[in-house]
Amino acid sequence: MATDANLSVENDRRWVLVVDLDRCTGCQACVVACHAENNIPVVGEKQAAYGRWMHWIIIQRYWEGEYPNVKARFMPVMCQQCTEAPCEPVCPVFATYHNAEGLNAQIYNRCIGTRFCGSACPYKVRTYNWFRPEFPEPLIEQLNPDVTVRTRGIMEKCTFCIQRIRRAEIDSQAEGRILADGEIQPACVQTCPTSALVFGDLGDPDSRASQLARSHRSFRLLPELGTDPGVIYLKGGETNV
Amino acid sequence: MSEPEDMAQEIRQTTPYDERLLLAQRTDSEINQAVLQPMLQTGKGFWVLVTGLSLIVAWGVYAWSYLIYWGIGVTGKNRPVYWTLFITTFVFWVGISHAGTMISAVLRLLKADWRRPITRGAEAMTAFALMMAGLYPLIHLGRVWKFYWMVPYPNNRLMWPNFQSPLMWDMVAIFTYLIGSSLYLYLALIPDMAMARDHTGSWRFKLYRVLALGWRGTEGEWHKLHRALGIFSVAIIPIFLSVHSIVSWDFAVTIQPRWHSTIFAPYFVIGAVYSGLSALASILVVVRRGMRLQEFLRAEHFDSLGKLVMVAGMAWVYFWFAGFIVEWYGNEPVVRELIREEVSGHLAPFFYLQMSANLIPIALLVFKRVRTTPALLLATTLLVNVGMFTERALIVIGSLQRNDLPFNWGNYRPTWVEISIVAMTFAGFALLYTLFSRIIPFVPVWEIKEGRLRYTMRRIGRLLVPTAAEID
Repeated sequence: MATDANLSVENDRRWVLVVDLDRCTGCQACVVACHAENNIPVVGEKQAAYGRWMHWIIIQRYWEGEYPNVKARFMPVMCQQCTEAPCEPVCPVFATYHNAEGLNAQIYNRCIGTRFCGSACPYKVRTYNWFRPEFPEPLIEQLNPDVTVRTRGIMEKCTFCIQRIRRAEIDSQAEGRILADGEIQPACVQTCPTSALVFGDLGDPDSRASQLARSHRSFRLLPELGTDPGVIYLKGGETNV
Repeated sequence: MSEPEDMAQEIRQTTPYDERLLLAQRTDSEINQAVLQPMLQTGKGFWVLVTGLSLIVAWGVYAWSYLIYWGIGVTGKNRPVYWTLFITTFVFWVGISHAGTMISAVLRLLKADWRRPITRGAEAMTAFALMMAGLYPLIHLGRVWKFYWMVPYPNNRLMWPNFQSPLMWDMVAIFTYLIGSSLYLYLALIPDMAMARDHTGSWRFKLYRVLALGWRGTEGEWHKLHRALGIFSVAIIPIFLSVHSIVSWDFAVTIQPRWHSTIFAPYFVIGAVYSGLSALASILVVVRRGMRLQEFLRAEHFDSLGKLVMVAGMAWVYFWFAGFIVEWYGNEPVVRELIREEVSGHLAPFFYLQMSANLIPIALLVFKRVRTTPALLLATTLLVNVGMFTERALIVIGSLQRNDLPFNWGNYRPTWVEISIVAMTFAGFALLYTLFSRIIPFVPVWEIKEGRLRYTMRRIGRLLVPTAAEID
């Protein structure tokens, strides 16, 4: 909870997202929800084929085995919200920085588009506005007013739906109550039909995310790089076929 | 027959004498004229060249405007290949800029006499190459109209740039080097500006009068000039080493496989020297012919320069190998994949082009005939820069195509916009250099005269003896 509830929302929380690979079916509902929530433009088939899609969540698909015994494995990869983020020190204008809740915040209006963060990110989860974003009808009617629409030449990425985090924090503060576990739901978590995604505070040992993080199945992506990510994966077994 | 002519006659008869004595026969005013005449006479070829280069530059400016208007998407970049030809060419130009100081400052300190006629050409190359390099950090920005956010100017929101970012180090290093090398170029120019002022009229006279800063050539002025050049020569060497080290840290401080390397800084510096010295040799061959400076830029100069290129090339091979063997032996998965791509994958043509274009010139330069025949030297040194450009492209673009998660691998194809902008800086460099050579004496006249004083024929009794004096 906030150190001074009246003055600040700063606190010692550590927001984490737990991704249960056993439950993920690779349906991409989270990707669509994320597009709708965060005003992410759709770039079209041609640009996407050239590696310019702008999904903040990328469902990585890996084939395992030889035909006919092939398995498809899905792994949703979004910004890992690293504690030691490689993208942060390289930005010349502080457009990407570490906020008080341990998130990698991205200030779109400060970004000048050097793409250094994109080169430095080992997960390659940052997406770039190669052109002016286009929202054809009727998409233009459903832009989320809580999120900036970005222009060309700007880097963007998953924010853990920071607008939702802020709203829940401010609401709970205004109502003078403690933020409950599970009250904050990023768009992907809200949408996931199999509840493969769980969002919560790692600082609270009783939160559902904390409990899942202690599972013997939990691992983090590329731990050898020492980035200490805020996305925790639960290893998938045979169900993910 | 007067005494000097008599002596000259005798020297010619009693050849072979050292090449260094060739200018001993010429009077000061003859040297002045030999340098000034090509500047004043501009033929048809000159204007054709200037027009052609200007057209390429204009086309490149159009391409850049197109890029700014539509966005970075008109280049071939994608995710994960966020940096491509712009950064490659940036590194290339910074590399080219290194030979200027290498020649001038290091050789001045070492009192290498053969540097005298080529210092100015080298220093000008440094300045212009840096100007071209300095364009790329702007060109590659997604929102170039906000570039000033990288400048630490005071503002009421207390928003400062991030000095942890290697891009900030870059900016500081390049501006420092540009200012330093421009001043260095200008300092050595002052006596020649005064010489040009005294031998020209009309607008040139007015220009040179301003640039000469009222130089009269008194003993005190010479003393101060030498002192200033001495200080600059020492001070600029750390800058020259730091600039390309910092450029290499743009890559080496990230954790991208193959970029994350401790040898990058010295490897980049030595590569810069190799590529820069080669570019200098190429330019000197062209300018020598274009401006009829055969008398000043002689075989002995190309011979020494060729040896220097060869040594730099050998050092480059050593550093390349020292880096490569550790990567190969380490056998980390992504690095292994990148090496496989280079040796037998889709990067293989570029890898073998790079290796042959960098190694063959070293073998060729062993032969004196290659070093001293202008056409051969030109071909050899151009080959070096083809190799060095490819090397930078492999480091920047090649490495980014592969990373830790195989799903994120990607390939890159350049577009006409990128190629036009790269061509723009090459043409822009040549254009600046061409115009410069018509306004500024290409050969530092005072340094040549000074060097000429070192080697004279003196008559001792009946004998003509070549003598060398000790001067800076």
